[in-house]
Amino acid sequence: MNDLFVYTLRLGDDALIAAQRTAEWIAAAPQLEEDVALGNIGLDQLGQARSLLQYAGQVEGEGRSEDDLAYFRDERDFLNLQLCELPNDDFAHAMARLLYFAAYQQLLYEELLSCADETLSGVAGKAVKEVAYHVDHATQWVLRLGDGTEESHRRMQAGLDALWPYTAEMFESDDLVRRLPVAVDPSTLHDEWDRRVLAVVDESTCTRPEASYQHSGGRTGRHTEHLGYLLAELQHVARSHPEATW
Amino acid sequence: MLAGMDSFQATIDADGRIEPRDAMPEGYRKTLIRQIAQHAHSEIIGMQPEGNWISRAPSLRRKAILMAKVQDEAGHGLYLYAAAETLGVDRADLLDLLHSGRQKYSSIFNYPTLTWADIGAIGWLVDGAAIVNQVPLCRCSYGPYARAMVRVCKEESFHQRQGFEILHTLCNGTEAQKAMAQDALDRWWWPSLMMFGPPDSASTHSEQSMAWGIKRHSNDELRQRFVDMTVPQADVLGLRVPDDGLAYDEETGHYRFSEPDYTELYEVVKGNGPCNQQRLAHRVKAHEDGAWVREAAAAYAAKRVAREGAA
Repeated sequence: MNDLFVYTLRLGDDALIAAQRTAEWIAAAPQLEEDVALGNIGLDQLGQARSLLQYAGQVEGEGRSEDDLAYFRDERDFLNLQLCELPNDDFAHAMARLLYFAAYQQLLYEELLSCADETLSGVAGKAVKEVAYHVDHATQWVLRLGDGTEESHRRMQAGLDALWPYTAEMFESDDLVRRLPVAVDPSTLHDEWDRRVLAVVDESTCTRPEASYQHSGGRTGRHTEHLGYLLAELQHVARSHPEATW
Repeated sequence: MLAGMDSFQATIDADGRIEPRDAMPEGYRKTLIRQIAQHAHSEIIGMQPEGNWISRAPSLRRKAILMAKVQDEAGHGLYLYAAAETLGVDRADLLDLLHSGRQKYSSIFNYPTLTWADIGAIGWLVDGAAIVNQVPLCRCSYGPYARAMVRVCKEESFHQRQGFEILHTLCNGTEAQKAMAQDALDRWWWPSLMMFGPPDSASTHSEQSMAWGIKRHSNDELRQRFVDMTVPQADVLGLRVPDDGLAYDEETGHYRFSEPDYTELYEVVKGNGPCNQQRLAHRVKAHEDGAWVREAAAAYAAKRVAREGAA
């Protein structure tokens, strides 16, 4: 398979699956301002997903659209990080995920700005501003929850700890990213990510999370059990009417 | 005080705007709080039936449009609660009144969204009816409410076009898509007509609200306006409005239509609609699940103030 296609699909799938999870907060957030903020963030993620999946389809050259890629691929063909597909256990988990993921996306898009692929650098140019806001939003909440009440501190710590074992996957290098000239080798982003994220964790009065084991597999289509349900819901209507346009 | 009330009446008579610091009769204040709060509650409860389809929207473009729409509704809720707060109430207290069932929201949101076509029907019919109801509110005598409504109406008319476009696509699609669109119209038509409230002969709040410049047209006038606007659009879609009594009256230039079954409206208002309990329970759960988050934000803000004071 075409390396650029696979690489673009990875980034697009991350954004799509993250958007699907973020959108679950709309009409269920802790306060109305947060329904609006998470709506914005979900829309940004979905916008990134659409640009990337459209481009992946073009690069592949088999006439697949963003919707063909989003709605008519099976679970094992999705290449997103497992971090993106995990359920929204509570608001603290959601903010821990957003901090981890948006901080990674921010570093990635900053690097992609100067890559030789005009479409990818163009997507990055728009997205880099969006994810800066996502990082800021998540940071503010991790600080408030970590240094808020006893209960919120406990939940924030639990969220940071529970998702930490899904963070190493973001920085895994493989032959594809080393071979493809426009790709960013994510292992090069790790130290700066660690520095930025742990600074927030420290300020929040939470303890730095540790993990004895790190999950892996999303980039090769091995997922958690949660992705199948997420896709069943996302794809159901489109697959029930495969010949329809909407 | 008498001078204040004289100037209130003079402002109303001159079709001017009452502002938050102006003197106003207690009944005027209470009526507005009730109406604006009910309107704000309708916006946030209305997020649920449409939010129900965000995860399943059949294309990414439709998903993005729907997310933006539901987010607009949260925004409308925010400005409307802010408008109510200018009358000396708190959003938190109004939410408590909603959660305890002491304040209502529009009954239309107690109907379920069963297929994707319902998202089109809600945009076209429910937002269409809301616009007919709300455009006159842009001239409401209470300034903050009138100004909030100008912005709300602009966004609603955008939503209405999107809803029509969803149905237009379905009606030009496969047989199954057309059937889905017709089914949605069949289910949403009568509840949409009842969004204008009971018939004029049975409406309890209308007369005083008209005198105060809060309400500009009667329920039946607005209902007629909605039917006149919507029936030709149904023709464009090629859908059948589910009313055998519907006919264009050449003489008056209006459509004649059958009387909705208002006993259904009264039942839904009383709490006996298909989704009353579900909608309220979802709202209360989101609020209760979020309590620890709001408490944490308040505690964190208080700590920051204390630290800055100590520094």
